[in-house]
Amino acid sequence: MEFLYASEVLLNGLMAGVMYSLVALGFVLIYKASGIFNYAQGVMALFAAMTLVGIMEGRVPFAHLINAAFGVHLSSFGWTVPGLLAILLTALIMVGLAIAIEKLVLKHLVGQEPIILFMATIGLAWFLEGLGDVMWGADVKVLDVGLPQGISETVETMTDGLFGYGFFIDRLDIWATVIAAVLVAALVGFSQYTKQGRAMRAVADDHQAALSVGISLQFIWIMVWSIAGFVALVAGIMWGTKSGVQFSLSLIALKALPVLMLGGFTSIPGAIVGGLIIGMGEKLFEYFVGPAVGGATENWFAYVLALLFLVFRPQGLFGERIIERV
Amino acid sequence: MTQTTITPDGRQIGDVLMDLRNITLRFGGVTAIKDISFDIREGEIRAIIGPNGAGKSSMLNVISGFYVPQEGEIWFKGYRRGPMKPYEVARLGIARTFQNIALFDGMSVLDNIMTGRLNMMKAPIWSQALWWGRAEREEVENREQVEKIIDFLEIQNIRKTPVGRLPYGLKKRVELARALAAEPKILLLDEPMAGMNVEEKEDMCRFILDVNDEFGTTIALIEHDMGVVMDLSDRVVVMDYGRKIGDGTPDEVRNNPEVISAYLGVAHE
Repeated sequence: MEFLYASEVLLNGLMAGVMYSLVALGFVLIYKASGIFNYAQGVMALFAAMTLVGIMEGRVPFAHLINAAFGVHLSSFGWTVPGLLAILLTALIMVGLAIAIEKLVLKHLVGQEPIILFMATIGLAWFLEGLGDVMWGADVKVLDVGLPQGISETVETMTDGLFGYGFFIDRLDIWATVIAAVLVAALVGFSQYTKQGRAMRAVADDHQAALSVGISLQFIWIMVWSIAGFVALVAGIMWGTKSGVQFSLSLIALKALPVLMLGGFTSIPGAIVGGLIIGMGEKLFEYFVGPAVGGATENWFAYVLALLFLVFRPQGLFGERIIERV
Repeated sequence: MTQTTITPDGRQIGDVLMDLRNITLRFGGVTAIKDISFDIREGEIRAIIGPNGAGKSSMLNVISGFYVPQEGEIWFKGYRRGPMKPYEVARLGIARTFQNIALFDGMSVLDNIMTGRLNMMKAPIWSQALWWGRAEREEVENREQVEKIIDFLEIQNIRKTPVGRLPYGLKKRVELARALAAEPKILLLDEPMAGMNVEEKEDMCRFILDVNDEFGTTIALIEHDMGVVMDLSDRVVVMDYGRKIGDGTPDEVRNNPEVISAYLGVAHE
C-alpha cells in the first residue's frame, strides 16, 4: 500500500515535470539557435494565453485605450471563436511577434555580447507584459479550450482493479503528457529530417559557416522565435487551463530555470529529462522528507537541486562539455 | 565573342566569369584594398598572393559578400552584382572555405557536407516531414552527389564521425567537400594549405587540381606558400599593402621586378 501510494506520487510528479519541460523547451530552442537566453519566454506564454482567451471570447483588443480615446464603451465583438480556430489564430500572432522581434530588436543587435541580448529580452519581457494588459485587460481570465479536467475515472477503476488501490490522476495532466510527447517528437523530426531543421542546427553551430552555404540567418531566427512562440502557446494553454490566465503565469519561467540547469541549456532531450527529474524529485521529496521538515519543500527543492548541479556538473546532464583551453 | 584558351595540360579556360573593377574597401580610416581590378575566367585556377596584411583575405571576403566594398563594381556572369548578403552570394553559386575552418562541429561529416546542398532541396516542408514524394527523391539524389564527393576526396571512413573530433587536415578536407557539394560556379579557398604538414599539403594540392580537372570548377585561392601557388595556378594576382602590384601567369609574375622587390625578393633569399 505504501509502495502504491508512492508510485502514485511519482506518476503525478512525472506529469508535473512534463509541464516544466514544456516551458524549458522554449528556452532551449532559442538558446541553441542564437545563443540568446530569452528571459521573455515565460511572458510569451502569458501573452499567448491572454491572446487565446481574448480571441475565443471575442474581446476587442485595446478596448480600454479605444474607450478612453473616443469615449465609447466597447468591450466585446459579441461573438465567440471555437478553440481550435482560436489556437490557430494565436499561433499566427506568435509568428507575427517573432517577425517583429527580429526586425525591431535582434536585427539591430547582431554581433553584440550575449549579456546585451539578454538585457534586450528583459526589456522585451516588460514590454510584452504591458502589451498583454493593454490589449486584453489585466483581469484574471478563465481558459477553456475543451481539454478535459478532473480525476480520470478510467485510470482509477483500472488501477483499483489491478492493485486494489485507485490512482488519482488529473486528466489534464494525461493530456499535457500526450501533447508534450507529440510536440517533442515533431520538433526532433523537424530538426533532424527537414531542410529547415538542418539549417537551424547549422546556424546553432556556426554563423559564418551557415552564411557560406547560403543560409539566411534572419530567416532562421524568425523561424526559431516562431517555434518558441508556438511552444509558449502550448505551455500557456496547459498552465492557463490549470490555474487561470493571470500575471503569475509568466513566473513559470522561474520553474524552467532549474530544469535548464539540470538538463543543460543546449539539449532538447535535456529539457525533457530535466523537467521529469525535477517534477518527480519535488513530489517524492515532499512525500518522504516533507513531513519531517514541516512541509512546503516543493518551493525550494528544485532550486537546491539546481544549485548542486551548478557546483558539481555546471554543464548539466546533457549540455556540451565545457573544455577550457589554455 | 568567346575566348577559349587551352592550357598546356589540355584543360579549357573560357570567358571571364567574374570581373572585379576598381574595388576599394575601407575599415574606418584604414584602406584594406586600394582600387584593385582583376578577373577570373571560367575553368581556371586563379591565385591571390601577397605578404601578411596585404589584403588578400579582405579580397576574398569581398567576393563572397562578407564585406561590401565602398567603391568598385563586381560583375558575375556578365551582370553587375548589387550589394548582397553572404548567403545570397552563396546561392548565386559562389562557395568558399575559411582560413580558420568554419564547420558545424556538432554534426557528422556527412551532415556537414549535406548542408552544402540545402539550397538544392525545394520540396515543401510537409513532404520532407513525411519523407514522401518529392522530398524522398531529392534526399536520395542529393545523397548520391554527396557520396560521390566523399569518394572523390577519400573520406569514406570518417563519414559518420562528428567533425569536432577530426584532426586539422581532415577538417580542411571536409570543408572543401562541403563547398564542392554546392556545385559552385566559383570555389573560393582561403589559405587551403595553412598550417598543414608536407604530406597534407601534397594531398590538398592534388585534390585542388583534381577538382578543377574533373568538375571543371573555377577556383580562386589565397595562399602563402609560394612554391605551391606557382605549381597550382594558371594566373596569379599579387597584392601588397592593399594594392595590386602584379597580375599574370606564374612565370610573368616571377619575373615582375616590382613583385620581386616587394615579395619574392624577401621570400627567396
